[in-house]
Amino acid sequence: MARALIHVPPTAKSGEIIEIKTLISHVMETGYRTGVTGAPIPRDIIDLFVCTYNGEEVFRAQLFPAIAANPFISFFTVATESGTLAFSWTDQHGQTQVQTAAIIVE
Amino acid sequence: MAHANRHSRRDVLRAAGALAGCGGLTLLAIRSAAATPAMMQDAVRSVIGEATVTKGKVKLDLPPIVENGNSVPCTVSVDSAMTAADYVKAIHIFNEKNPQPNVISVRLGPRAGRAQFSTRIRLADSQTVTAIAEFSDGTFWSGDIDVIVTLAACIEESIH
Repeated sequence: MARALIHVPPTAKSGEIIEIKTLISHVMETGYRTGVTGAPIPRDIIDLFVCTYNGEEVFRAQLFPAIAANPFISFFTVATESGTLAFSWTDQHGQTQVQTAAIIVE
Repeated sequence: MAHANRHSRRDVLRAAGALAGCGGLTLLAIRSAAATPAMMQDAVRSVIGEATVTKGKVKLDLPPIVENGNSVPCTVSVDSAMTAADYVKAIHIFNEKNPQPNVISVRLGPRAGRAQFSTRIRLADSQTVTAIAEFSDGTFWSGDIDVIVTLAACIEESIH
């Protein structure tokens, strides 16, 4: 679907609160603008973002057109165990893009 | 057709004028499709129900003067220990004057460690942005911030 950038610290201490930053390229067209012909540009947004840590959901966001283009979301989670963080973005048409990042917890 | 012939030219023109007037009004209504503080209250009620909201514990961090409303950095932090017994379940951001009052709704839990997140939002006008946090004990807390926007989002025409 699009290019996504994820920043997860590669290593963390057990119990440490880590910051995760995500960005995906997407127009996030609001549906309130008109094109050069005066016709409205149809709405096209990502409306769901979910982060799971070793399969368990740790963060979920429902997005509206008021989120700027190329949605950037940063949040926190507790580093509990080594494993995989999976990030999924779902657009209004139901298309999902999943990207993963590994973390080693000492 | 015989039916139409019974109307004078003036009647027809008057009807056409009335129709055009209606069309114009509809167009006006669409153009000024901005949420109002009342619409924001409706949106808040539809998300949190009848619960009472207390001011405090929620801090919204936005620049007080925004040059470009198309991308405004926004951070919400909620004062909570985020333990298994007492944590923030959800955080919602609302605005007063964008075409739609909702901005983002976030669900989190004790595993977050810190009840805070950042994103970038669009603002169509100078307005008050409100964040409401739902705690695990069922209480709601809110914080708001006034933002002045010099170049609004949503109004510029597309170039493609």
